[in-house]
Amino acid sequence: MTNALEIYQLLPKTNCKQCGKATCMAFAAALLSRGVVVDDCPPLKEDKFKENYEKLSEIITPAGEASESGMIVHTEKCIGCGNCVVACPVNVAEDPYGAGSGKAPTSDNVILRVEDGVVRLSNVSQCRRFGKNKILCNGCIVTCPTKAIEFV
Amino acid sequence: MENEYYVCTGCGLLCDDIEVELVDGKVSKVNNACLKGVARLKECERPAECRIDDAPASLEDAIIEAARILKEADSPVIFGMGNSTSQAQKNAIEVAKKTDAYFDDTSSFCQGPVVEAILENKIRTCTLDEVRDKADIIVYWGADPSNSHPRHLSKYTYFPRGKERQRGWEEDRTAICIDVRKSDTATICGDKFYQIPPQADEELLNAIANGLSGKVPKVSFGMGPKKILELANMLKKAEFGVICVGLGLVYSLEEIEPLVRLMDKLNEVSNFHLIPMVGQYNMRGSNHNLYEETGYINRVKFTGNDVEHGAHCSVVELLRTRTVDAALIIGSDPMSSLPGSIAKELLDIPVITIDPCNTLTSRKAKVSIPTATAGSECGGTAVRMDGVEVEFKAMTETDRMCDAEILERIMGEL
Repeated sequence: MTNALEIYQLLPKTNCKQCGKATCMAFAAALLSRGVVVDDCPPLKEDKFKENYEKLSEIITPAGEASESGMIVHTEKCIGCGNCVVACPVNVAEDPYGAGSGKAPTSDNVILRVEDGVVRLSNVSQCRRFGKNKILCNGCIVTCPTKAIEFV
Repeated sequence: MENEYYVCTGCGLLCDDIEVELVDGKVSKVNNACLKGVARLKECERPAECRIDDAPASLEDAIIEAARILKEADSPVIFGMGNSTSQAQKNAIEVAKKTDAYFDDTSSFCQGPVVEAILENKIRTCTLDEVRDKADIIVYWGADPSNSHPRHLSKYTYFPRGKERQRGWEEDRTAICIDVRKSDTATICGDKFYQIPPQADEELLNAIANGLSGKVPKVSFGMGPKKILELANMLKKAEFGVICVGLGLVYSLEEIEPLVRLMDKLNEVSNFHLIPMVGQYNMRGSNHNLYEETGYINRVKFTGNDVEHGAHCSVVELLRTRTVDAALIIGSDPMSSLPGSIAKELLDIPVITIDPCNTLTSRKAKVSIPTATAGSECGGTAVRMDGVEVEFKAMTETDRMCDAEILERIMGEL
């Protein structure tokens, strides 16, 4: 997964403040949490930063795709292996003999399931990364062989 | 929630928990299957057409022409089988007997040696259900199931909770990957990934065996004795271990003996099993059916009641030495999968293909006969990669004939 420093390296690093942030590092952090978009940095659109601009646009997927818990599934990378479906602690608790045992989910309460070869989200509010008592669970991220799942 | 489950015929894993949605009698949505399975179960992008030479033909004429080619040929070869139902395979063996043909399947350049060793009881094996319920050490050697069998880890080996493995993968199971490159599966295995140079598998097999016998394991490549001992100790402590053998290991071994030796050694000190990572959904079925009939798993030649067997009967050798004068290819695309220099020999002989999809081989064939896709359009039985027979039923109706029926009709014409 990308981090703020990686993004910072691709920014102009001039701290010009045109984006409204105090420093380029602050802009990088805001970009990572999808508080701003790549286009909010005017110097980045200049010709000399063209390559960096393209790279950043590739790394930073629009926040519109993210669920309420901040989860983004890169459907073009997902192969539908179902590792996340089986490893997800919420799925195991809700459906121990279906999804938790490697079989097809038998409960409507699971939060991840594979449909048409790609993982789909449902019941997002049950995700451990959601709500007041959220924790940084990474069960679905570390088990993904193609790094198709990301949280912002 | 009561669901009807189907079996996926996308690979040798034969997942039996697939849900489908139909629109106008066609599969529109496939749930729980991986991308590979979805691609197999939905219609082919280009279905095969019924053709003789380059002209469209009726099914009846194509079958008669196919039978004529086989009858007139002195030594035809029947090849493919990995994507056919068990009944179709049995029928194909009958056709081979009738026409004194060579018979070979894709296992001759795939998992053949391993399946043979298992059928001859040289190697201990187990079922995938046992792996799910009991296994604590899972070794992927030369295999990358994340790409070849996407649901292998999630449905059976590493991630699911099993009867004796209730605490999940972090605590209860260890997945080890031994490969020449950091594959997607190796990424999941994390620090349990052992990278070796190509062709070094035999050396590592022997080194691990040495480590298990208390000797200092040495290899010529940059893996220290400490690291190998660490691996050997992990295997030694297994309560129920399984080695999933991929093509990477099979291809790098000249013969299977070093693997058999390691398995014997492992079973002296611990409890280990082996499962071949069979690719096509019923390749192992073909091995089983031919083994029952002849005592060999592949590469045979029928002459009257006699059966000849040997490396010279493999499809690659037959084409290379130009021994055959016609080919019946069932559910396989050798023109795409064999090396170009070998595959081009197929251009010089009359080829009959029986396939649901339009492939390079079917485009170049003299006779192309379309069939229903097993798994979605016709039912049957198949043998899973661990040797368990799985029955499956059709999801949709079709007017296309199943491969078993087409072979029966060809047999009738003969």
